[in-house]
Order: sequence, then C-alpha cells, then structure tokens
Amino acid sequence: MSAVIKPKTDPILSVINIEVIYDHVILVLKGVSLEVLDGQIVALLGANGAGKTTTLKAISNLLRAERGEVTKGMILYRGERIDRSSPAELVKRGICQVMEGRHCFQHLTVEENLLTGAYTRGYIASGVREELEKVYRYFPRLKERRHAQSGYTSGGEQQMTAIGRALMARPRMILLDEPSMGLAPQLVEEIFEIVRELNRKEGVSFLLAEQNTNIALRYADYGYILENGRVVMDGEGRELAENEDVKEFYLGFSSAGRRSFRDVKSYRRRKRWL
Amino acid sequence: MPTQVAFFVEVLAGGLLAGVMYALVALGFVLIYKASGVFNFAQGSMVFFAALTFVSLTERGWNFWLALAVTLVVMVVLGVVIERTVLRPLVNQPQITLFMATIGLTFVLEGLSQLIWGSQPHGLELGIADVPIDWLSQKLNINISQFDIFAAFVAGALVAVLAVFFQKTRIGRALRAVADDHQAALAVGIPLQHIWAIVWAVAGFVALVAGLMWGVRNGVQYALTFTALKALPVLLIGGFESIPGAIIGGLIIGATEKLAEVYVGPMFGGGIESWFAYVVALLFLLVRPEGLYGEKHIDRV
Repeated sequence: MSAVIKPKTDPILSVINIEVIYDHVILVLKGVSLEVLDGQIVALLGANGAGKTTTLKAISNLLRAERGEVTKGMILYRGERIDRSSPAELVKRGICQVMEGRHCFQHLTVEENLLTGAYTRGYIASGVREELEKVYRYFPRLKERRHAQSGYTSGGEQQMTAIGRALMARPRMILLDEPSMGLAPQLVEEIFEIVRELNRKEGVSFLLAEQNTNIALRYADYGYILENGRVVMDGEGRELAENEDVKEFYLGFSSAGRRSFRDVKSYRRRKRWL
Repeated sequence: MPTQVAFFVEVLAGGLLAGVMYALVALGFVLIYKASGVFNFAQGSMVFFAALTFVSLTERGWNFWLALAVTLVVMVVLGVVIERTVLRPLVNQPQITLFMATIGLTFVLEGLSQLIWGSQPHGLELGIADVPIDWLSQKLNINISQFDIFAAFVAGALVAVLAVFFQKTRIGRALRAVADDHQAALAVGIPLQHIWAIVWAVAGFVALVAGLMWGVRNGVQYALTFTALKALPVLLIGGFESIPGAIIGGLIIGATEKLAEVYVGPMFGGGIESWFAYVVALLFLLVRPEGLYGEKHIDRV
C-alpha cells in the first residue's frame, strides 16, 4: 500500500470566467470559474441543463465536435493555457474525460476498449501491459469479462470499462461525467469507492459532474453548484452538505418540516441565487 | 459428369468468381462508410484512377513492381489529400453534404486521371491469361478462367490482410473504435482526422487491387468507374458496415446474376444480367433493410 498523498495547494486546473456558446447563438455558460487543487476530488453539482457537462467538455475540448465554442475566459492546466489544445493533446498531457453515458466502444471487447485508452502512448509500449494489470486490480470484474463484447456487459461494468479506459492513458486528472447515471445505488457506492481509492493511491485528481448531490458531497473535497450556466455557490464538501439551501434544493429535505407547495415556491422566488 | 450438371457448375462458379470481383469494389465503400459514415461515391473513380496510373506507368516501360509500388504511394497520398481538402472542411456537416461532396469528387478524379494519362483505353496484363483451366475443361468439361481463380485468391489475401490489420494492430483497433463511437474516440485521445486519412489511404489501396483485377478483365477505360454501381446491390445485400457482408453480398450477386441470365434470361429474351442484381437487392431491402450483416445495434433492455 502506498502512502496517502496529501493534497498540495497549487491548482492543477483553473477555469477562469469562461463563456460557452453553441451554434454561435446559444449561450450556455455565462462566466464559470472553478479550481481543482492537485489531488482533490471536486464535485460539480446542479440540475439538468445547468451546464455541468458543458463545463467538462469545455475543459476537455470536446465542445468543438458539437459546434460549441469557448468565447470568453480561459482554462489553465498546471498554469498553462489549454483552451486551444486538441483532445488528443490534452489526453497526452494528462487530462481525460469519461463521458456521460459511458460511451464504451460497443463492438470491441472490454480489453480492447481498455487498450484504446492507451492510444496516445504510441505503439504497444512497455508500460501498457502493466497498466492493464493495474486497471484489472482496481476492477477485478473487468478481468473476468475481458473477452466479452462491451455492448453486452452490464451498465456498471461499462462504467468501470470507461473509467479503466481513461486510466490507461495515465492521467493526472479525470473529468468524470455523471458516473451514477442509471446504476443501482450499491454500484454507485462501489464506483465512488474506487474513485476515492484512485484519488488517494494514484494521486489522480477528479472533477466530477453529478446530479446525485448526496453521494457526490460525501466523497468530494470541494463542490461547486451550477445553475443556469453560473456558479451560484461553492464550498467544502461537508460544508455544502450541511448548508440549508443545498439541503432544500438538492438533497430533497428541509429542516423546517413539511411546507406546502406554495410556500416552497415563494421561498424559491425569494432566495434566487445571484 | 452429365453436360447439364457440368454446365450448371460452370455458370455457378463463374458467377461466384465474378462476385468476388464485385466484393473487391464493395470493400472500399465499406471501409470508408464504417469509419466516417460517408458513402464515398468516388470509390469507382478511385478504382479507375489507380488502374490507369498503373497501366500508364508500365506502358512507359516501368518495371511491374516499381509501377505497383509507385501507384500504391499515389493512392495513399490521394487518400490523405482527399481527407484534408474535401472532408476536413466539411466535418460536422450533415451526411448528405458529404455525400454530395464525394459525387463532386468523382468527376474531379475522372477528369484529373484523363487529364494526366489521356483518355484512350488500355489493355492490362498481369501475366496470368484470362483462359479456361485446361485440365478442368478436359476432365470435367467445365470452363473456369484461371484468372478468375487468381482474382479470388488475391481477394482472399486482401481480406485476410485487412482482418489482421483491424483485429491485431493498434491503428486497426482505433479504426474500429472510431467506427463505433466518434465522441468516445475523441475523448480517449484518438485523433479522428488521422484515422480518417488512414481509412482513405487503405480504401485507395483496395481501389488499386480492384482496379488491377477489373482492368485485366475489361481493359482500363472510363467504363471502369461504373463498377462502383455494381457494388451498390452488393452493399444493399451485405450491409454497408461489414467486410464479411461485402464478400457474401458479392458472391450472392455474382451467382444469382449469372444463373438468372442463363436460366431465367431466355424467358425474357435475354439481357437481364445487367439489371437483375438490382432486383435482388430491392427484394432484400424489403426483407432485411439493414443487409445480411448490417451492424447489429446492441440494445440493452
């Protein structure tokens, strides 16, 4: 067992006031800033359509394939601007995205899926086999299923394949989009446990977008809440979980007992984030 | 062997072997369609361009292998150039736009090849005569061209090489990954544009092989571009995304075409060979619109 890596204080990733426009007209992010310190797990929370996925895709530069564009602000990775780098360059430099809905290569076997993750590392280099074994150590289930066609494996196995595939590139930072989507609660727990382990043992930083605020805040060191393309709140994971407004809006319970629907509505109107 | 049976075997074998030739052309379509979702209408003119380049070089006294190597290089470069100049600027455009672009490309390529090499037809010899195999005709009274057999071997070898390339190499795996999911391929750091350039280069190589085989059969001339149209029913039957499909589809088309011509043709006064393949393809469309080996969409329930 390797020693626990203490979070250092310098940011591995800084997103500074970015604005994202799709198709030249649709303004999706209206000035989002956030920071991930080296060795941290940071959660990006918010409802459907708040801009979580767009933020991640802006960082990994997958936006351009969807006609999106960062029009303002900048993104720094270890102090260097990366908003003009291609996704392949970013993977080489250590930022990998695991997309929402897994996106495994359905007709490839589990092992072939993992191997594609090492594409940027060139021709079957010495390290790739070892890397594969390491992924299998974290996800023993993938080893059992290594020769199965990915499209026929379960949702949990596909999520593991997707994370494992990203690990094959030896990333320093993983952008994990909605890992809990469509999975049974037990599996979600399992996946998050592995994320924490990867974070502690391998020193991989995570920025994860989640709708499941409850579990995300249990594992995250820090959290940002997005609403309508803006960061409306941020804080330490525990602090956010205790916050009354977060409880009210995202954790689905309130401290003041049951309220009528009408009360909630007016409450929401008053407490609009700005 | 009774003459009737011998004749049937001869027609069937001739048809199957002709089918292999169709499959050769269809392969080029499948490669590009699988990797980039583009139906490359220009595949036929690539076949023509490759054959014409090769035959023109040999007629200028070049050594066979040198001419082959140079033509191969030309086709690979052509593939990369097409990707750069035609497809890259159109990335993320609707499929129909890309399809129209390849139609434009067809005419550019046809014009270009005739501009460079002239428009007169050429004969092509690969050292294997297009004559029946002696002992088959003497012993069994079946006439099968030895060149057809040779072409079948070449096609088989080509498919084997492609299969190894796709299954065993890092680039091949990346190609299949891109075919499966563009977005995910981007996310793991596979540069789509490199992969597309490689696919076009490979399709150029396949076009060269098809061009040589068809060139020997029909001569190297403008009509070679129409072989592309013969590949269409093959693709409809075999599925646009499957290499085995292209082979099986080719065999089915080749065999039914020849058998129909010989056994059904006389009822209509002959001449049905040229359009019967399309009838078969249409019937297939009604029964199995995705083709025999069309990509199975994996749906988990």
